[in-house]
Amino acid sequence: MKRIGIYLVSLVLFFSNSLLAYSTNPKDFVNELVNDAISKLSDKNLNEDQKKTFIEKIALENVDINALGLYTLGELRKSSNEESILNYQKSFEKYFLKSLTSRLSDYSSSKFEVIEEDKKSSNYTIVQSKVTPSDGGPEIKIDWRVYTKNPDKPLIRDLIVEGLSLARTQKEEFSSILSSNNNDIKILINKLDEFTKK
Amino acid sequence: MQLVKKLKKGLIILSVLTLITPAVYSAEECFEGTSRAIFKFNMALDDIVLEPLAKGYNKLPSPIKQGTSNFTSNIGLLLSIPNNLLQGNFQELGQSIGSFAINSTVGILGFFNPAEKIGLKPHKEDVGQTLGSYGIGPGCYFVLPVLGPTTARDGFGLLVDTYLDPFAHITLREKELFSTSGNSLDYYSVKATTAIDFRADNEKNFESLEKNSIDLYSSLKSIYLQDRENKIKNSFDDSDEWGNLDK
Repeated sequence: MKRIGIYLVSLVLFFSNSLLAYSTNPKDFVNELVNDAISKLSDKNLNEDQKKTFIEKIALENVDINALGLYTLGELRKSSNEESILNYQKSFEKYFLKSLTSRLSDYSSSKFEVIEEDKKSSNYTIVQSKVTPSDGGPEIKIDWRVYTKNPDKPLIRDLIVEGLSLARTQKEEFSSILSSNNNDIKILINKLDEFTKK
Repeated sequence: MQLVKKLKKGLIILSVLTLITPAVYSAEECFEGTSRAIFKFNMALDDIVLEPLAKGYNKLPSPIKQGTSNFTSNIGLLLSIPNNLLQGNFQELGQSIGSFAINSTVGILGFFNPAEKIGLKPHKEDVGQTLGSYGIGPGCYFVLPVLGPTTARDGFGLLVDTYLDPFAHITLREKELFSTSGNSLDYYSVKATTAIDFRADNEKNFESLEKNSIDLYSSLKSIYLQDRENKIKNSFDDSDEWGNLDK
């Protein structure tokens, strides 16, 4: 009986993981990932917690949150000690997941379409897409910076909305907080934690 | 003669301000405390006036909204024409003139945009962008009451725009051009409508940004500077910054 139980649990885990495995080609990867997120967020059979859990799961698996955290920390990543960086990474991940779910929910009723991809280097491909809001608002151009160092596991590193990089905006926001607080990483961590608890 | 004197004075101020921060990609603050206070005032003004107007505007039937947006965009193109010329960008100059001529006539005073249908999509250009294309850095960053974020270069550009813009010439300065004239009320009405149209288009984006920012002032500063940088280059590329992370 115990064996059957373990088998069934393994089977469920296998299928739930395989369902979240997207193509390795950057263009298809973004297309499948975003359409999956949009369809889940607009699914009326799922409650808010289920939607949140799903978005967090796909973000953890498909967004390079660690690299994004280091990038947004700017030069301070070179001068901070390992423990501070680790604490920052933990807080940043929670902050990122909360703000991502909120941002995606705002655009869940939109139509998403991938246009083309532009391979910048062996490490980066920019996937160009457009979002058409259901309320008739103007079309939004979104570029996805996909990190392809491991071609079998592409990861999203940035979203460029109408030419405005979300990672860079975040980096400059953090930089302002740090510079007005003597570059104290603990203050930034506290601010991130405050946002997550809100 | 008076105009030349004013321009000379402005250029001296601009040179001093931009020399402080010649970097092209980032702008230091001119007076952050004051700018943050003005930003708070602007946000309150947005809550009380602009946001409700934008929400109301968004409830208008789509053809009216689109027509209004086309009309203000078409008038905005008039400023691009002298700036295209000053930048020596003759391809864009042709696009701007062609688009304005077609939309003002076939497009019934610019309410329709037939120019876009035949492939004319000119970029909007202003004096700040022209100075940027000459290699002049943004100078320091500050926030203007009502008008919002700007830099030393763009603030100066904003002032010169009113002298270079044919629409400002006939409305704000009440001069006649091709037998057309207007008054300052026309000028401010078009500028106010442009602001409401922009705010309405970005209603959701503003809400999302407000909700997800730890420091909204810095987020908007970053967005403003990125946008200006892209407009000057007429493209977007930040590969180098990410490249540094992988080293």
